[in-house]
Amino acid sequence: MNAIDASDLQVVLGGRPVVRGVDLTVPSGQVLALLGANGSGKSTLVRGLLGVVPLAAGSVHLLGEPLGRATPWQRIGYVPQRMAAGGGVPATALEIVVSGLLHGRRLRPPRDRRARATAALEKLGVGHLRDRRVQEMSGGQQQRVLIARALVREPALLVLDEPTSGVDVPTQETFVAALSGLRDAGTTVVVILHELGAFTPLIDRAVVLRHGRVVHDGPPPAARGEHGEAGHDHTHPHADPEQPLEGPDLTLEVAP
Amino acid sequence: MTGWEQVLTMLGSPLMQRAIIAAVLVGAAAPVVGTFLVQRRMALMGDGVGHVALTGVALGWLVGSWAAISPADTLAVPGAVIAAIVGSVVIELVRERGRTSGDLALAIMFYGGIAGGVLLMNLAGGTNASLMGYLFGSISTVSTQDLWWTAALAVLVLCVGVGLRGALFAVSHDEEFARASGLPVRLLSMVVATLAALTVTIAMRVVGVLLVSALMIVPVAIAQLYARSFGRTMAVASGIGTTVSVVGLVVTYWRDIPPGATIVVLAIVVYAAAAVLQPLLTRRHADSDPHPDMSDDVVVPASDPDCATPAGSAAGEPGTSVR
Ligand SMILES: Nc1ncnc2c1ncn2[C@@H]1O[C@H](COP(=O)(O)OP(=O)(O)OP(=O)(O)O)[C@@H](O)[C@H]1O
Ligand SMILES: [Mg+2]
Repeated sequence: MNAIDASDLQVVLGGRPVVRGVDLTVPSGQVLALLGANGSGKSTLVRGLLGVVPLAAGSVHLLGEPLGRATPWQRIGYVPQRMAAGGGVPATALEIVVSGLLHGRRLRPPRDRRARATAALEKLGVGHLRDRRVQEMSGGQQQRVLIARALVREPALLVLDEPTSGVDVPTQETFVAALSGLRDAGTTVVVILHELGAFTPLIDRAVVLRHGRVVHDGPPPAARGEHGEAGHDHTHPHADPEQPLEGPDLTLEVAP
Repeated sequence: MTGWEQVLTMLGSPLMQRAIIAAVLVGAAAPVVGTFLVQRRMALMGDGVGHVALTGVALGWLVGSWAAISPADTLAVPGAVIAAIVGSVVIELVRERGRTSGDLALAIMFYGGIAGGVLLMNLAGGTNASLMGYLFGSISTVSTQDLWWTAALAVLVLCVGVGLRGALFAVSHDEEFARASGLPVRLLSMVVATLAALTVTIAMRVVGVLLVSALMIVPVAIAQLYARSFGRTMAVASGIGTTVSVVGLVVTYWRDIPPGATIVVLAIVVYAAAAVLQPLLTRRHADSDPHPDMSDDVVVPASDPDCATPAGSAAGEPGTSVR
């Protein structure tokens, strides 16, 4: 069975097509990295897959069921790119994680919510922050709380949107350890990344988006050596600085 | 008479008994809904709905006078309930559409509600004075029938607000995650909107439409200064709402001052005191909850304590994000 089965997906936001005809099939148990530059539509694709934003066209099946009421939401976990700002009302990590126990078929948390939420927080090494306001936590701590909120359901399909952005290297390694545990248990993982980094050994397949379209689908690019092993081996070499270049290369020019 | 006897006399008065029951129920229910509104950044929604409810009052009055029902205000509260629910659903729909026009829609609702109320009231043969009771509250005129309505609606609001607080919290805190969990986001948002509408109409009797929102929001503002969790904020706010409502009402038993305004001023005084004391009290709290709790993390054993460097260098090369 495929964990994700999407065909001809199109998402239009603010009148502009952000995701343009993406076909994506993810077999169960696969760990897929979704790559692409800022604004290439990675988050929007994932949001469309999970029903967060409406689809302009295309169809999605998650864990064998069409997206909608029939979707087995209790087996799907999502980690958004950042913690929602929320209003002025404080909320503890425990409350955030307990909200992960609710889904389309369950509007009231189960009786063992406290124990389950605490266990999820402890698994990510933030058990001691259980009763603290999330608004007062660091970015990395918040990120762990968000991951705990997705894991507390024990999902069969886990979707993470840049779980390691703004997170220090040791913490990234704990995420990778947690994810490899999940993969060994058969969880399907879709993870948006900017660089594979510590995730490299986990990734089975990489999909690269550019301008809302899939431009690469297959083994992780790093393994093919396409973009080189070091950060300095660019697709736009330094050779022709006269040419009007895009932002990133300009930065490199200034740096030395 | 001793103070105690005076209290007994006060509690013996049926008028005061009704008023106190109404104050307790409204004082407890309003902040529960207010907590969700503050979390959704819609603290002013209660005001918008309150203004619209005024049009509903006048509309009910108008229909009542056409149908020659007496007394003329029999349909005022049902009219307010309907108008408030319609108004809150419209506000919610506008909010859902996008943030740009929401502010403006709310403002237009404010003005339209008041103007419509005054206009319709004149058409109904009432005077602006007839509206005063709704604008500023008239808890001392609560009839037994009113009380039943207030009690029933307040209990409904409390049951739904507290019973569904998990789901309502999830939707209010992070709508994106709620959608990605298959929660009925739209339905739950409408539940919050309807709760706000019902609260406005019952609180209208106690503090009046112009001050309704204060009873929903100010206790939450006080509670969130001290509470660490959402659930605690809601419980503390509800307790504060009940306390200020009852105390404000009791004060007006001895001094002839308007109860609605007294309750709101009291709440704001409590807020000011709480805000001033908060730094002192939380500093002491911080001493008892020491720093090591925060930093005993995987970060510590890192060979490179300056963890910003690897993340920074990666962010500096977005053009080569695929390596
Ligand atoms: N709500 C929205 N309305 C209009 N345009 C949007 C909206 N959300 C995103 N976009 C646009 O869609 C494009 C893709 O955005 P998206 O968030 O999917 O990018 P991304 O690949 O996740 O980027 P990043 O790496 O920065 O997270 C961007 O150009 C963005 O401006
Ligand atoms: Mg993104």
